[in-house]
Amino acid sequence: MSALAALARLEAVDARRAVPIATVRHCHLADAPLVLIPLRLAGEAAAPLAVMLGTDRADPTLLAVPQPRNRDLRFAFAAELAKVVLEHVEASRGAAEELPPAKDGTERVRYTEAPQVIVPNTGGVAFLRLLGRSTRFRSTEGPHAVEPSVPALGRWATWFAERHDRPGSSLLLAATEALRLHWATGQSALEDGNLAALLGWIDPPDGLDGPAAAARAEDPVRCPPAGPATDPTFDNEVLAPAVAAYDATDGDPRAEERVRAALAGQLTPTWDLVWHAMDLLRALPEGASVPRRWERDRDAFTLFHQTFAEGVPQARRDTAVAAARRLHALERAQDAYDAQRAFDDPLVMAEHRLNGQAFGGVVTEADPTRLDESGKRPKLRPRVRVATEDPVRLDAGTAVCSAERPALKGRIVEYGTGGVLVELTGGLGRKLVPEPGTVPAPGDRVCFTSLTDASFGPARFPEREDTPWTHGGPPAEYVPSDADAAEEWS
Amino acid sequence: MTVQDLDPSAAAGAVVDDVLADLDGSHRGVVVDSPPGAGKSTLVVRAAGHLAAAGERLMIVAQTNEQVDDLIERIAAEHPALTVGRLSAAGYLPPDRVLACPSVKVAQKADDLADRAVVIATAAKWATLSDGSWPWAIVDEAYQMRSDMLLRIAGRFERALFVGDPGQLDPFSSVEVERWAGLTWDPMRSAVAVLLAHNPELPVHRLPVSWRLPASAAPVVSRAFYPFTGFRSGTGPGDRRLEYGAGGMGTSYDHALDEAARSGWALYELPARHALRTDAEAVQATAALAVRVLQRGPVAHSERGSQPVRADRIAIGAAHRDQVAAIRAALGPHGTGITVDTANRLQGREYDVTVVLHPLSGRRDATAFHLESGRLCVLTSRHRHACLVVARAGIPELLDAHPSAEPVRLGVPVRFPDGWEANQAILAHLAQHRVAAHA
Repeated sequence: MSALAALARLEAVDARRAVPIATVRHCHLADAPLVLIPLRLAGEAAAPLAVMLGTDRADPTLLAVPQPRNRDLRFAFAAELAKVVLEHVEASRGAAEELPPAKDGTERVRYTEAPQVIVPNTGGVAFLRLLGRSTRFRSTEGPHAVEPSVPALGRWATWFAERHDRPGSSLLLAATEALRLHWATGQSALEDGNLAALLGWIDPPDGLDGPAAAARAEDPVRCPPAGPATDPTFDNEVLAPAVAAYDATDGDPRAEERVRAALAGQLTPTWDLVWHAMDLLRALPEGASVPRRWERDRDAFTLFHQTFAEGVPQARRDTAVAAARRLHALERAQDAYDAQRAFDDPLVMAEHRLNGQAFGGVVTEADPTRLDESGKRPKLRPRVRVATEDPVRLDAGTAVCSAERPALKGRIVEYGTGGVLVELTGGLGRKLVPEPGTVPAPGDRVCFTSLTDASFGPARFPEREDTPWTHGGPPAEYVPSDADAAEEWS
Repeated sequence: MTVQDLDPSAAAGAVVDDVLADLDGSHRGVVVDSPPGAGKSTLVVRAAGHLAAAGERLMIVAQTNEQVDDLIERIAAEHPALTVGRLSAAGYLPPDRVLACPSVKVAQKADDLADRAVVIATAAKWATLSDGSWPWAIVDEAYQMRSDMLLRIAGRFERALFVGDPGQLDPFSSVEVERWAGLTWDPMRSAVAVLLAHNPELPVHRLPVSWRLPASAAPVVSRAFYPFTGFRSGTGPGDRRLEYGAGGMGTSYDHALDEAARSGWALYELPARHALRTDAEAVQATAALAVRVLQRGPVAHSERGSQPVRADRIAIGAAHRDQVAAIRAALGPHGTGITVDTANRLQGREYDVTVVLHPLSGRRDATAFHLESGRLCVLTSRHRHACLVVARAGIPELLDAHPSAEPVRLGVPVRFPDGWEANQAILAHLAQHRVAAHA
């Protein structure tokens, strides 16, 4: 935890209420996201019990498995869930907009929208991942055949969960994570994982303060767990008798309704909490880089959607090349995300200023037309001196860019009592005099940082069939088999 | 007669001969584990000469530009007739020590170095090449290299010698990497771990003697971080001595210095307190100890003769970059020239005296980062004469309150000693050399 995050938590304890740690919203919120709250059967890794989902706050859909140990019922449930999820995917893709062709001349398109899924907590993400794993290899023919929509659901669920791993992606959001990005509470990170307690700190109901509201959230009767695990007392006293009655009556519709009603009672409070969380997030203005990151999400969605028909289920394990590629992509996304959040939000930048990776202050001197004539051709190299009280920890020669306008690049020349002398090297236009307004003038407030979201060209990796001997050589091709269908489900 | 009975030079020489013999054999790869200061670079230089003499074109992979330049300097000195190519990125300015070598040519494209017997570059630079192949590669600091980097460069060579120190810092990432835990090709594992997982038949050699660590440090570091393989010091108990030209003033700093000169170790202990990472008192004490060493005119007596210890032979190590920046600021004009850096950047470097800010000093918790055995191993194995550790009291209690709680994953080799165990071993030793800070 950084010193600033620790301070925010202390302030929250003192104020008995959460403290904002962001001034803008750093995640995209779609107009009609699919809120999805999964529950699983206690003691099982991924046996679905119920899901409450929908894009309309007033009209949630409840899907439930009246006997979660029955494999056929589970697949029937998966097919129902697939219908809703796949409809949401198709409904929220918008139009395909034509983009300028790529360098090699191939046509490029991007959907104007993309489906967004919101789950209450990281447990919901893990559940989707497991659900995807247990359904994507199912066969639609032969033994244990399932509806064609079931493996399709598996591939989409896997895709959403994998996008969630990518820093800065908003395709699958966990409400607790999204809130924690914008508020600090006076409780531990573990306690923040409880959506009801977290919301209690951020927006306590009338007459209560944060700690009191969080304490109330610990009562499983008033605030049932947000899943996917259920409350053990509910399991023993309500769910087990209802499922037993369903078994005893051989699937009587009234017994099924009893299970559904019990589960609805567990899910409805969380349903309201997730929408409440979205209200709070929506009230924040969107960060400047959020549309750009959503564009990357839409690119990824377009690619997956358009190649879905000819694709195969995502591999159980990454091959050596796929693992290295993915790690590289994730690290690049992380760096860009960290930098973009800091550029968008002075509160996030404050953390970097405190670390010494950025500094802010007032320009005291500027030489906007300075030329460096040491080389063959003169180069435009304006210099500005910034008076700062920040603890600067950047060495001379470090490349920096302006937080207000990241295209404005420079490097540190010296740091002394008079402030930091920065030589500007880019973002000034093409001529030997800077474009008007590009060089900060004396009196301007500026902030420079060594963070950068500049994307280096993607790294080069061998093709899968060229996997070297050091990594075990080329892996075997995936061939679907009946063994996939016979695989246990949790 | 076993290797253990030989004198240090003969024991180390026997291992090097075995390595060179394996290079002439039919193995696709050869691995050499080297404890701190065991002559790893010397081995790389010798192997380069050996392979070049056999007429093989050779590529050498190091991890940082500084390591590359160090190797170039040494190869050019040992084998002046060998033509060396230095492949570099566009922004690289060759330092004077590289420009001074007549046999070295610097270029940004591999094609411009086609006539060179040996081509050296960083792993990151090698990874930008999409063709070209060398019959042999030497990968230096291979335990610092992530296996995904090896994947990217392995297409460039047929056979390779991997050299590195298994006790140093593991590769790290800023993102979640659990997904690959247990895979033999986990991109987060070191290049050597993945290589050996897929090629278990490859010969692995161990250099048995640390020429850097004094007799007072080798057994301590060996027991704490290399309990199964072990190594010994190349020098005996009386061979190294540290003396001060000026007597002390009787302060607790001086007591710590005297203890370090006497025994090779000192623990300068501040009162227990939870503190920010840039703990002002600990930072102040760390900087002051280093300056005091310099002020007392130390002279190092060793097998290399007697030499004054100047600022460039003193280093300060810390865990975090902000600590490093704070210590640099605290050093002031009297400490000019003293190296201050993080453990990551001190890897592979050597000094006469080191001052270490203990990674767990003043902390409330012991995270995996702070417990990592490699971090402490790097910090406590950079010195030829003495190591002074600055810490707040209470670290053993902190360790007891934070036993290793990392989940055990299928298929992941258990690391032993873990950081917890290694930290306890070092602290137990340091407790015998404790000097309390003046109140």
